[in-house]
Amino acid sequence: MRSTRTTEMSTGLFALLGFAALFFLVTQITNRELSVNGKSYEVEARFENIGSLKQGAAVSMAGVTIGRVQSIVFDQSVYKAVVRMKINAAYDRIPTDSDASIMTAGLLGGQYVGITAGGGEEYLKNGDRIEFVQDALVLENLINQLAAGFGNKGSEASKAESDGPESDKPKE
Amino acid sequence: MVPPDTATIPARPAATDNIVEIRDVHYAVGNRAIFSGLNLSIPRGRITAVMGPSGTGKTTLLRLITGQIKPDRGQILFDGQDVSSLKRSELYELRLRMGMLFQNGALLTDLNVFENVAFPLREHTKLPDSLIRHIVLTKLQAVGLRGAAELTPPELSGGMARRVALARAMATDPELLIYDEPFAGLDPISMGMIVRLVRQMNNALGITSIVVSHDVEELAILADTSYLLAGGKVAAAGSFAELKKNDSQIVNQFMNGLADGPVAFHYSPAPDYFSQLLADEP
Amino acid sequence: MSIFRELADNFRDFLIAVGKVTLFLLRMLAQVPRALLRPRLIVEQVYNTGALSLVIIMICGLFIGAVFGLQGYEVLQRFGAEESLGVGAALGLLKELGPVVTALLFAGRAGTALASEIGLMRATDQLSAMEMMAVDPVLRVAVPRFLGGLIALPLLAMIFIAIALYGVQLVAVQQLGVDAAAFWSQMRAAVGVDDVTDGLIKGCVYGVACSLIAVYEGYTAIPTAEGVGRATTRTVVISAVMVLILNYMLTVVMLR
Repeated sequence: MRSTRTTEMSTGLFALLGFAALFFLVTQITNRELSVNGKSYEVEARFENIGSLKQGAAVSMAGVTIGRVQSIVFDQSVYKAVVRMKINAAYDRIPTDSDASIMTAGLLGGQYVGITAGGGEEYLKNGDRIEFVQDALVLENLINQLAAGFGNKGSEASKAESDGPESDKPKE
Repeated sequence: MVPPDTATIPARPAATDNIVEIRDVHYAVGNRAIFSGLNLSIPRGRITAVMGPSGTGKTTLLRLITGQIKPDRGQILFDGQDVSSLKRSELYELRLRMGMLFQNGALLTDLNVFENVAFPLREHTKLPDSLIRHIVLTKLQAVGLRGAAELTPPELSGGMARRVALARAMATDPELLIYDEPFAGLDPISMGMIVRLVRQMNNALGITSIVVSHDVEELAILADTSYLLAGGKVAAAGSFAELKKNDSQIVNQFMNGLADGPVAFHYSPAPDYFSQLLADEP
Repeated sequence: MSIFRELADNFRDFLIAVGKVTLFLLRMLAQVPRALLRPRLIVEQVYNTGALSLVIIMICGLFIGAVFGLQGYEVLQRFGAEESLGVGAALGLLKELGPVVTALLFAGRAGTALASEIGLMRATDQLSAMEMMAVDPVLRVAVPRFLGGLIALPLLAMIFIAIALYGVQLVAVQQLGVDAAAFWSQMRAAVGVDDVTDGLIKGCVYGVACSLIAVYEGYTAIPTAEGVGRATTRTVVISAVMVLILNYMLTVVMLR
């Protein structure tokens, strides 16, 4: 065979480069934890509206990711969305009266579950349910609320106007 | 043409049987029948010439013999075995007993001369490198190219490439050597070398040779038996002298190189000459 | 009615072609165990398809990364989100651009080389000569080249992506002034190992597809000069189409 020495060396170099690139990519550009590794426990929360929360979304406290959304199902008996979350076992001091709300990351980001600590002394264990929840903000509801609010203020103001001058004319 | 130096070539034993038998073979490609009832016998230990006008299927015949294609009807026997009924592995076993010299040598372009000749040995035998080296050098010596062992195929002339291919075909010491147009495109000197080699190999090693060619002059010197194929059948068979005396029209045209005859000069069909010339459109 | 007849004929021809390629693939796969006994042949082919494609892959990678950085910065800064450039670049390159562009470049450089080399061997009777010498040309010629290509492509894809990211970084951080720390940290937070494996899987799949097409076209080329030329052209065209179709299908599967 001709010049197998150079061929083999070059191929070796090529393969090495390829694996080095792979290694670089895996170690230098990834740090997102895909799922909760190691020990974890499950808690659930029920929402009337989960917005665009998805399976695998982050569960965080104080901005730090402590777990992942494991599953989302609709319970027909109570007409609510049941969200099961897997929390890293290291975070085992979440009070049972904490509340879970569905938040949006940034302006256009995906939704995640944010847990705000309550004040109680008992902590969540595997299988517990977070009772205090805040649903996702739905734009239409927000607009309706705002519109209703303006409408109320408007009628109150006009009522005050029409009431005003005649307010001290009770005895007739 | 100077006849080869026969004094240095050993005499051959008398012919015993036929190493290859073609019996009533029919083969067609699409609608075109190439062979319709072909019968041939290749006697062992002799040089048999297969001739014919272009397109009569000489190369197809070779591929039938080596089992690369199967006939539609009929039998092709190599040493008694029906070639077309063999499985691939058995076919490969059979092919080790045949050697073929392709039209342009068909050397592997990524190997040099030495490696080309060694190729069949490396692929099929577990011989140690030293033994392979001995065999390769011997074969190259037989064809006169031992000094060219380090050259690559692009560096060889046509004649040299063909000689290397012959050395390669000989590497496994086959019983049957098939030459597909070995003289095509060679200068007289190279042609003389090939002619001498064909005869030498055949006699010295006691093998059978089939030479497919239309170089009538070269075959006249070489061939012990000849076949002339035309129209999908054997048009004439026998020794060269017999073929020359044959009064069939096609045989006569071929053997004497006549411009017109059963193989017509003018391609037909064509419209009437004068009408076509005088017409306004072609 | 003749249009339907034509369509039916075309479809039937297409089915026949798919069948032939599949049978050829199966024939090659059957020979893989024996081919692995001759690693030297495979190494030589990894060199031919991979190492020799390095230069074009690296140059194209660098420039694609650079233009990504440039264009990405221009778009993202309209939203004040320049620091997310790393995220977009890494994910876009890893999952889509990297494997696909590498595969297309591979088809153009290595695929055509394979097809024309094998096609030429077909045209000069070398493959027939091998058969005559009782050597299976599929085992000796086709399979090593197929294995070489399918090993080389994923490696090339990884190199392409790494170099492209360097190009992005070169333009964005060093030239346009995106904060390096934010660039990398945001990227790291958003990219997981599964994204890298997605890209690697795509690279492997395209390796199989492009190598198969190149080897098949060369092996079944019509043994004339134009036949080889046509086989080379078909290799590029069919590889490109297949890669893009496979890319869509793989992306659908991966997004589930």
